[in-house]
Parts: sequence; structure tokens; C-alpha cells
Amino acid sequence: MCGIVGLLIKDPDKRELLGRLGTEMLEGMATRGRDSAGLAAYTDEVEEEDARKFSLYAPEGNLDWRAFADGMQDHLDREVTFEAKGNHAVIVPHGSAEVAWRWVVEEHPEVSPLSVGRSIEVYKDIGHPADIAKRYGFGDLAGSHVVAHTRMATESAVTWAHAHPFTVGEDFCLIHNGSLSNPNNLRRMLQRRGMHFDTDNDTEAAARFLEWRLREGDDLEAAIEAGFEELDGFYTFLIGTKDELALVRDPFACKPAVVAETDDYVAISSEFRSLAYLPGVNDADVFEPGPEEIFVWNKKSVAAKR
Amino acid sequence: MTDKSDGEVTHALEENDAVTHGGQVSHLYNRDVQAWVRKAANRGIYDIRGMGAKRKVPHFDDLVFLTASASRYPLEGYREKCETRTVLGGRNAKKPLELDTPVTIAGMSFGSLSANVKEALGRGASAVGTSTTTGDGGMTDEERRSSKMLVYQCLPSRYGFNPDDLRRADAVEVVIGQGAKPGGGGMLLGQKISERVASMRTLPAGIDQRSASRHPDWTGPDDLTIKLEELREITDWELPIYVKIGATRVENDVKLAVKAGADVVVVDGMQGGTAATQDVYIEHAGIPTLAAVVQANAALEELDVKGEVQLVVSGGIRTGADVAKAIALGADAVSIGQAVLLALGCNDHVWYKDGKTPISAVEDYEKLGTKPGVCHHMQTGRCPVGITTQDPELEKRVDPEWGAKRVRNYLQVLNMEVATLARACGKSDVHHLEREDLVALTIESAAMAKVPLAGTDWIPGVTGF
Amino acid sequence: MEQEVRSRKALEWDLSESPVRQLNNYLHHEMAQDDVEEVRILNPDGAHHIAVGMDAPVRVEVMGNAGYYIGGMNKQAEITVHGSAGWSVAENIMSGVVRIDGYVSECAGASGHGGLVVVEKDASSRCGISMKGNDIVVGGDVGHFSAFMAQKGHLVVCGDAGDGLGDSLYEAVIYVRGEVKSLGADAQEEPMTGEDHATLAGLLERAGFDHRPEDFKRVASARKLYHWNSEHDQEY
Repeated sequence: MCGIVGLLIKDPDKRELLGRLGTEMLEGMATRGRDSAGLAAYTDEVEEEDARKFSLYAPEGNLDWRAFADGMQDHLDREVTFEAKGNHAVIVPHGSAEVAWRWVVEEHPEVSPLSVGRSIEVYKDIGHPADIAKRYGFGDLAGSHVVAHTRMATESAVTWAHAHPFTVGEDFCLIHNGSLSNPNNLRRMLQRRGMHFDTDNDTEAAARFLEWRLREGDDLEAAIEAGFEELDGFYTFLIGTKDELALVRDPFACKPAVVAETDDYVAISSEFRSLAYLPGVNDADVFEPGPEEIFVWNKKSVAAKR
Repeated sequence: MTDKSDGEVTHALEENDAVTHGGQVSHLYNRDVQAWVRKAANRGIYDIRGMGAKRKVPHFDDLVFLTASASRYPLEGYREKCETRTVLGGRNAKKPLELDTPVTIAGMSFGSLSANVKEALGRGASAVGTSTTTGDGGMTDEERRSSKMLVYQCLPSRYGFNPDDLRRADAVEVVIGQGAKPGGGGMLLGQKISERVASMRTLPAGIDQRSASRHPDWTGPDDLTIKLEELREITDWELPIYVKIGATRVENDVKLAVKAGADVVVVDGMQGGTAATQDVYIEHAGIPTLAAVVQANAALEELDVKGEVQLVVSGGIRTGADVAKAIALGADAVSIGQAVLLALGCNDHVWYKDGKTPISAVEDYEKLGTKPGVCHHMQTGRCPVGITTQDPELEKRVDPEWGAKRVRNYLQVLNMEVATLARACGKSDVHHLEREDLVALTIESAAMAKVPLAGTDWIPGVTGF
Repeated sequence: MEQEVRSRKALEWDLSESPVRQLNNYLHHEMAQDDVEEVRILNPDGAHHIAVGMDAPVRVEVMGNAGYYIGGMNKQAEITVHGSAGWSVAENIMSGVVRIDGYVSECAGASGHGGLVVVEKDASSRCGISMKGNDIVVGGDVGHFSAFMAQKGHLVVCGDAGDGLGDSLYEAVIYVRGEVKSLGADAQEEPMTGEDHATLAGLLERAGFDHRPEDFKRVASARKLYHWNSEHDQEY
């Protein structure tokens, strides 16, 4: 159970605000969850065909990221750039991303991959949200959209792996406030279809379900619609893809979600107090999604509308 | 479903079967089940009854104490003091509850119980220095007057809930669920609301009762945290806040209650009673109290809040032995419902006029289609001994003064029994009882209680398979 | 701890300096001696539990957006939020008035026993859930499952109502001016009576909304759930 936070900056020229505003919103959510926090930001897009961004985490700490990046570079014979923040790093192999990924997963168990994609960067850790934000410099992030989450543990242990956002596939992440009542059957059904699970967390079951639907050719909205039939329980989902931010509540809509939208941004939170300081919020269109009402904001089209 | 036979019914054709029953008895489709199916086919509505789970499940009876031996010295009864004082709610509250005994009285509603009974409970509890608890329907003046320490329940229904009663309570108990029907709500078909109860609950009289299963103003532990804060803000942080759960996912729930800010966690096992609910919940939802106390304690240990957050356990607590064993397994206190009603005459074949003259109630049991000893028809409101009723005539069958004395006597016996066992284990304080003082008589109870099978070192699942 | 006292009758409280816990303590225990008529609360900033458990005929003006449980269990006080409020505003209200200028989140006016709750913009879902005698007037829309299991009192909706309106309704009455997305179990539309018009007119006036009672529909319990089934063991 927890607090969710989402923000999409509509004006491409104002993207440096993303980190600062997002962090303030996240800290406003600390009362709903103080065991762990996580954030996925959609920042600079990697352009090269065969390149990707990896978000990596070294749970043991004290990893020499430079040496690690050099090792990857040697292995790929391609340029590898990186930016390290404590025991997290964003590493970009500028080519042969597939090979790089296998190298990380198969040969470096000391490192845990948090995400892969062209735009996404993910940070998660145990501790108080404000400390985590400071540790990883959330305030300085610049980009188009962000989803973040503060957590109080429920049906699975408090470990960093269970911190949201859950990532699957490329550039896809899911944050979940609530509790599914049939996650085990869902997981088994998806495992039979070849999906691999890292945890027993109900959020991962939901994320993999959506991943499966997207793989089967559904667009995001259709995938979420399919979820209304298959997923049972209480949930508010906040979803990020490379270009989109999406929000949906289950048919009972018991778990909160508030949206404030202006010409400059779309901000989402579990409680209004998280939105209270945003610039222009007093004139914003403030609303709560109804049950099964799917909202999808695309950074390209909202920018175009301005 | 209760199997009326005393022992296990086997499949083999035994002489008994042919002689006593006229043929081989089916274990699955026994007479009780047969009657139940026919009743369902006849009426088209489900059974509703009172009390808790009747079927046999592993319980405290399956454990015994390892009392004094050559290496462990007992205390002299009567001369060497064994402390029974119990403090609940010190975590956040300015005014925790200080009890003289670890035995408290569980939440039972005025509405299911008569005013006389509520008064008897209050006075009896006060006489031994312990607390009573309001139930679904709110606080009555009688109860507040008669009970020195009163815990005020905040339930999903919120019938009668108001800030003035909240402020004059000694603690507040936010009820998420109870052992008899964890997660339950729904229609209590045929349970008509009487006049007095109707006015207390702001409902029309004579209609079927509907039962809310969730609280109206919060869902989920993150919101519970904020609700508990609201209750604290209204009571200026003076009152201890209890959170009560029906025993299902006990370890998770206890952790969440602690994180949400509970000062005391109350765990009610499946044997816990109710005035009226669907039979299917009572027998088939929730886990035994024995399993629940162990999981609850483990959760508190894992969060390292033992001593900070107290654990109260209820559901089938009947004797001093039950109390002592619950404490040894980690409870700080217990809560009693059904047993204290038995002390007041529930299921007795007589009631006591003016608290003195026994008068047979057998005919009245028969009018309900039952007999003394097996009655669970509190949902009718026609209790033959005047306990679970609002009928002014039936109510008189419990004289409050007599009742208060009975409650006091019974609670006193429990307290003495706990102290007796504790002394025999060499403890000068009942709260020093520990799980290593216990062994189990069966493999199941050893596994549930996580104590060794008597005479062995074996704890199933812990020390080897 | 008092802040700047503007006059003998009005008091300002800055929540950014003295938190809610101190405010509530003041309102419960110390305000009576100060002979205060009005308390202005500055920088509420989405805080929860502002002015909960009050029991005094005093005006409280919350200057900004507020969080959950604002004015919870209110008695006598007239609380106005000049902004929006979160969940469960005025839950269990006993008397007095709680007014929100903006919009409110879920469970507004839940389980109240008396008094009036006024929301000028929209209320979210479960508005008036489990009402036990309070009145709620919403200037905008209400969300789904509003007036769920509402026992007594009135819910006035000047805008539209979401799904499941009045599900499992007892004796509370709902007046709706706009569209009802769907009615809940045992809720039905009924013709408005003269008495309804009078009651509604009174509520609208107290709320300060300029609508005509004739434009509203009445939704009340069909009372079929009152006697779900026949007697036990009925012979037939």
C-alpha cells in the first residue's frame, strides 16, 4: 500500500522542471509509505538504432561503475557511457545493446537491472522517500514524464526488488496502489505463456499481464481494458511508456487518485496535498478518474496541442 | 457443520453402526449434513446463528506446561507474589489502560446483549480491575457507568458512533474484522431489528439487517494510518488505539496494523463468537486462535515492537490454562466473549429469579427448537436465560447484581489459574511465561504453536521436516 | 500556542509554524477561555485532520487546500475550506456546517448524524456513504456509489450522479438535478412531493445555491431489501 505520483511536462522547453516538481510531489507522499521509494523518469532518448539505456543497481554497494562500464565496453567493442549515483547507474552501450544486456544478466550477478529502454531511467531503494530523492539527485532530473511511488509493505517483504515501479519490456513501467486478490492464478497463467517472474509481488503480476497483452498486439488502452476482466481486487495503476503516461482505477475505485491538469503539465497523485504546491494548481482542472476510466496522455500529442 | 457423534465415525462397518444407527453411517453425508441440505432445499436461504466455530480444531488444550522440576523452582502459592498487572497501549497514548489482570471482556453489542447483561459485565469487570468493550451499536450509559475501563469499538457500520462517546471512552478499538466472520458482511436474512435497537442505529424497526464489511471512510492500511491519526487528533492523543482483526493473513495484517500506528493489536481466531452471522463464515473462514497467536507474535518480533505494541488474543479463551498458554505464546492479554456469557447462564437449563431461585428454562429452549447445552440461537433475540435479548420480560432473567458477582467470580478464577500455572513455572509475573514453557500433545498443534512434541525435540517445519 | 490575535474575537493560526496537533489541542481545550468567534487557518497546505472533533459554535476559515478528514466528527462549528479537501470531509458530523469552496475527494460527509455539508464544486465517489441523519448539498457532480447504504438525511446533487446511486438505500432521500448514470440496488426514482420541494428549497437556500426545486428528481429506497425473504420454515 502506498502513494503514487505522476507528472508529465507538456512544454518540451520546460523539461528541466520535471525533477524538481516531481521530487516535491514525491516527498508529499511520504506519509502514505516510508519503507521504500522508486522513481522512473523518461529523460533523454537514446537515438542510435542498436543502443539502449540500462538502469542498474548494485545492492551490495561500492561497485566501481567505471570499471564495470569499461568491462562492458571491452566486451562489446562499442562505446559505453555511464552516469553513476551511489549504487545506481545509468549505462548506455551505444550499440550491441542485446549483447550488452546478456552480458549484464548472465555474467554480473552483483548487478541488478532495473530497466531497459531508450528513454527510461529507474531508481529504487529502501528508506525514507526524501532521503532516496537526495541520494539519487531526483531534483535534477530533466525529461518529459516521471512516475514515482512511496511504499508501505503489504503482502510481500520489504526489499528493494519489491519497490515500485515495476518494469517490463522496454520503457514500460507500472506503479500500483492497492492490492490484487487473484495475483497467484494470474502469475501461473502468464508463466504458462512463457513469462518469467522475478518476485511474488501482485504488482509484477499486473505488469506482466499488461506486457503480455502489449506483446499480443493490444495498444495500451486495450491492454488495460483486458485487465478489467482478468485482474481482481483494488487498484489504481499509473503506467509509463516511452511517450505516454496512463492512469486507471478498478471498477470499485476505492484507491485514490487525483489529477491536476493545466496547459503546462499533467500531475497525478494519491492525495491532493502532493499537488498543492505545483505552479498554477489553483487554476488547474482537478478531477478524480471514475471507475474503469482510462486516461492516456501522450507527450507528443499534448505538446502538439499547445 | 457439526458432527453430533462423539468420536470419529469410521467407514468400516462396525457392530455399533448396525446396532445403533441401523446401517453404515457416512462420514461426509452424516445426519447433520443430510438435515442441512434438506433445510436449504426447503427454505432457500442460508443458516444464520450465533457463537463461534463449533468443530474441533487444534487449540490450547493440545499444549501442556513444563512446570517446575529439579532445574526450575516453583513459587509458593499465596505467599510468593505472582504479578498479573497488565498495561495496554503505552506506545502513543498519554493514558494507557492499566489492568489488574490480563483477562479482558471482548466487544459484544448492546443490541445483541441486554442492558442488564452489559451492566453485569461492566460491574464484574470493574470488580477485578479489567476492561469491557462496546460492540456494534455503540456505547450505552449503563455500560459507561458500570465499567471502570471501557473500550469503544469503531466498526464498519458506525452505528451510534459519535465523538462524545469517543471522548468518554478509555480506549478505542478499530475493528477491521472478527474471527467468526473475517471479511464478512452481507444480509442477515430474517434478523429483524427491534425497536430500541432501531432507534440506536438510526434504522427502521422490523427490517432485515444489512451488514457493512468495509469501513465507510477508509480502505486499506495506508488510509487506516490516516484514520488512526484522526481518532488521535479528536482525542488529543490520550487514548490507546486498538486495531482488531479476524485471524486470516495474520502475519501480514499485524504488521500492517503496527505500521498504521496501532498501540494494541487484537487478533480474534475462528473460534471467536458472534451474535449472528452466516454459519458458512463461522465454520469456514479464519484460522484457529492457536495458529493466530503464534503468527501475530512472530510479526511483532520481526518488526521489533515487542513491549511497544501489545497483543490481545481472543477466540475460544475459556480457562486459565487457555489464558496462560496464550500469554506464553506471546499475547499480552486475552479477551473473552462466549465464556463470560456462559458464566451468566448461557446454555444453562435454569435462570435465577432475583439472583436466587433457579427456574427451569428448558421449555423456552424447546420453543426455539433447541436444548440447553447446544443452543446457538442468539439471533432470535428470545434467549431463554435472558442474555441475548431486548425483550423486557426475558431481560429480567439476568439480575445485574447477581450477574456482576458471577462475572467477577469467573474472571477471578481465570486470574488465579493463570497465576497458579505461572508460579509452577517459576514465574513471579505471568508475563514472564514463554513458549519454551510449553510442549505439544499432537503433531498438528506442535506445528501450529511451533513448540516441540512432548518427549521429543521435534517442531514440525522448524527442526527438520 | 496562540498566534497573532487580530481582535478579541478572531484568531489567526499559521499551520506552517504550529502544526495540526497543536491547533486541534487549542480548539478543544484552550479556545473556550479566549472567547474567540472565528479562527483563520493559514497555510493549510493539504494537511489532514484540520479542526477535527470540534465542539463549539465558532467559525473556522481554512485559507487554502486541505487534506483528509477535515472537520471530522464536527459539533456546532461552522467550518469553511477556501479551496479543496480530500477524503472523508466532515465524516461522522454531528451538527454545525462544513463548507468546501472547491471540490472534495471520496466519502464526503460519510456516516454523519446531523449538521450540513456543502460542496460547491464536485464530490467524488461514495459521497454520503452510510449517512445517518446529516444533509449534504453538492453544487457539482457526485461520483459512483454515492449515498451507499445511506440511512437517514438528504443528499442534494445539483449536477450529475455517477453509477450505483443510492445502492442499498435505507430512509435517506436523494435529490438530483442532472443525469443519474445508474441507480444502485433498491434505489428508485419517485415523484417529488410538496414536502420534498419545501425541504429541498430549504437546503438549497442554506447552501447558497440558486436552483429551482422543480428541476430535481427524487431518489429513494424501493424498500425491497427490507424484507428479503419470508418467515423461517414457512409452510406452503
